[in-house]
Amino acid sequence: MERNIVFIAVFAALIAALGLLPKITLASGIPITAQTMGIMLAGTVLGARNGALSVLLFLGLVAIGLPLLAGGRGGLGVFTTPWAGFLFGWPIAAFVTGAVMRAARAMPVSLAAVFASVVGGIGALYLIAVPYYMVMTGTGLMGGIATAMVPFLPGDFAKAIVAGLITAAIFRARPAVLMSR
Amino acid sequence: MLALSIEQHSWAHRVPVGWKLAALFCATALVFPLTDLRLLMGCVALAIALYLSLGRAALMIGVAALKPVWWFVVIIALYHGVIGDFSRGMVIVVKMIALLGLANFVTMTSRLSDMMDWVIWALAPLRLVGVKPERIALAFALVIRFIPSLNQRASVLQEAWRARAKRRLGLRIVAPLVISALDDGETTAEALRARGGVE
Repeated sequence: MERNIVFIAVFAALIAALGLLPKITLASGIPITAQTMGIMLAGTVLGARNGALSVLLFLGLVAIGLPLLAGGRGGLGVFTTPWAGFLFGWPIAAFVTGAVMRAARAMPVSLAAVFASVVGGIGALYLIAVPYYMVMTGTGLMGGIATAMVPFLPGDFAKAIVAGLITAAIFRARPAVLMSR
Repeated sequence: MLALSIEQHSWAHRVPVGWKLAALFCATALVFPLTDLRLLMGCVALAIALYLSLGRAALMIGVAALKPVWWFVVIIALYHGVIGDFSRGMVIVVKMIALLGLANFVTMTSRLSDMMDWVIWALAPLRLVGVKPERIALAFALVIRFIPSLNQRASVLQEAWRARAKRRLGLRIVAPLVISALDDGETTAEALRARGGVE
């Protein structure tokens, strides 16, 4: 029990710490942060339930007024923008990532983690974020995909691959902590 | 740790957090369906008046807090300009500024500890489905304790990398950062158990 609560808290703190890492700017000029990779890792390492809870905990701290989102943003205001669908989608993304990770037990850890990160951290996330953006701004499907999805996809796939490699490294170093399998 | 609330003794700080959140919820529900630009401009004016009631410095902080959404304003304006529906783009942008301004106002005038107390109070009904609010309170406290130590660990790892390598750092420190954080977690869990554990 203690271990569950502490690991949920550790990952919430990790997601915050990843938001502070220097940004990497893609060739397309869009900056990517390591924060969404934290969401993927919460799923691949902690599993569906605990991963989603740690993301919820992180969002709770943002909502009560800590500037923990990448770029030092936070507070209640961040949940009112049309991009807030990404934030609301994060816990579900972590949950799906963890569930796929468990379902793909037969695969090697690194491959399973990349696969799970793509399905959860990209697929599930945009399934929530894009419709949310469309409803909030009144854009059509193509407009929503063009402005809220396409610019970020290259960075997202890069992050999914790195998340897979990092999960494998964690598994090699501390096989017992991989709660997702 | 740095928080987004401002230290002041204003009327807005004295209003209990629960009332402010309820007012924000009602305001958001009322403003969201509006499509009349003049009414929405009125909402922005109201938000500005709220900030001004705390002083000009508060208004400046409020405007600075909108900075991350300016590029979004440009995208929306461009998109609706291209599809020839500029007035609708304006409605969306002005509405967003009003909602964001009001929400940030509540965050600015509420102390972190008051917010946390309110969250734990609001989560009390979860007891009925077997979730203990004390555990959530413990988890909040643990994260607030872990964040500064992890940030420090991250900067130590970055310095160690720069001392040894000329190449750019990138994401190479994430794996050691996660592993050391998990090790800290194991120690903390043991310490909690040794002190009687979590109810």
